[in-house]
Amino acid sequence: MVEKESPVEVSNLDSRFTDRVLKEPGGEALRVCFQCGLCTASCPISSIDARYSVRRTIKRTLLGMRDQVLNDRFIWLCSSCFLCQERCPQDVRPPEVMTVLKNLAVGAGIFPSGIAKMMEVFKTIGRLYPIDDFTADEREALGLPRVQGGEDAVKKLLGE
Amino acid sequence: MKYALFLGCTIPTRALDYELSARKVLKALGIETMDLGFNCCGFPIEAVDEEKGLALAASNLSLAESNGLNILTLCNACAEMLSKAELTLEDEKRLSGINKVLKDKLGREYGGGVKVRHLARVLYEEYGVDKVKERVSRPLKGLKIAVHYGCHYMRPSRIYGEFDDPEFPKSLDRLVEATGAESIEYESKMSCCGGGILNIDEAVAVEMTKMKLEALSNREVDALVLICPFCGIMYSRYQRLIMKEDKEIPVIYYPQLLGLALGLGPDELGFQLNMMNVKGLLEKAGV
Repeated sequence: MVEKESPVEVSNLDSRFTDRVLKEPGGEALRVCFQCGLCTASCPISSIDARYSVRRTIKRTLLGMRDQVLNDRFIWLCSSCFLCQERCPQDVRPPEVMTVLKNLAVGAGIFPSGIAKMMEVFKTIGRLYPIDDFTADEREALGLPRVQGGEDAVKKLLGE
Repeated sequence: MKYALFLGCTIPTRALDYELSARKVLKALGIETMDLGFNCCGFPIEAVDEEKGLALAASNLSLAESNGLNILTLCNACAEMLSKAELTLEDEKRLSGINKVLKDKLGREYGGGVKVRHLARVLYEEYGVDKVKERVSRPLKGLKIAVHYGCHYMRPSRIYGEFDDPEFPKSLDRLVEATGAESIEYESKMSCCGGGILNIDEAVAVEMTKMKLEALSNREVDALVLICPFCGIMYSRYQRLIMKEDKEIPVIYYPQLLGLALGLGPDELGFQLNMMNVKGLLEKAGV
């Protein structure tokens, strides 16, 4: 069952939010969405939990429902399978729109704890998983080469 | 044929069987690779900051460029991120913006033109299925294989062009058939592994993983064959939570299968590292 939400007041709509999304890379195609719903019908996440809907996120974005969109957990649950993008008759690229929305949510300080932890790891060790002694030994035993560098570039590029 | 081998973050720590078998198979086929000091492809960072994700990808492209090599990836997500960057950076404005960052922080720039190819695509498109078939010395007759492509291998099609169909791909099926094994059709063949959201919601991710494994549990299948380490994490590590032991499905990487067909031994191909029981599979393969 999809929970019923209270209607949104027109006075709370924020057209600057819509404009902001439209101007980001990946956001510009959004304007031509005609709400056919093929995206939601194709979405593996919606098939697991009907509370999540790509079409609704897109419509809310176009309406300027900034707070509802940026606080919606669904933007983080897009698994980027790209089925919606392949099927969209209007060439909207919903996974790219989700990236724009996630970036804006991060800017507003709204993100899941897993993301904060991941960024901390990247900034500390410069890669997603450490090459610890156990891994290094296992690699050596298998005759695999030592993993070379790259961590410094990550730390530098992620630094402010 | 020579490429810069792009391992990414997951393979050299979590999928050593994939790395080992890929290196052995590439060598056996005469495809040369070089290890450069690549950094993270940028894929996990994109959600936080698209610009920084692109800069990480561009840093890798510039490294390959300075070595005069195209990139061969083993991970679908790395392939997608780097291929998308390759396309995005054809835009002069984005390229000059990113180059400012690269020059400032790393003292280098990207000029453009580096190609990014997944291992399976290289074998299918450049090396050729027929040539793979010619190299087979131990045909894997009688093996029933379920292939899993992984979404980012051929989608989005706007970055990959038309080397394979975005919804009904066939390259991996053909590569499996080249080993003498059969690639079965099955329900949920194209379902997503859920790996992309593991970090956000484990329960939803595992629900997605379950969809494929449950559909396969009712089929006669000797192994699930993958070409992405993150799909590997989902279908191997999480299989224990999802499936009863008597329904266990061996999960292997394509170069492990191809390696057997090329006459390489299971230990050279990392079968001893597989999380699922592969004894029955190897026996049936005649190894």
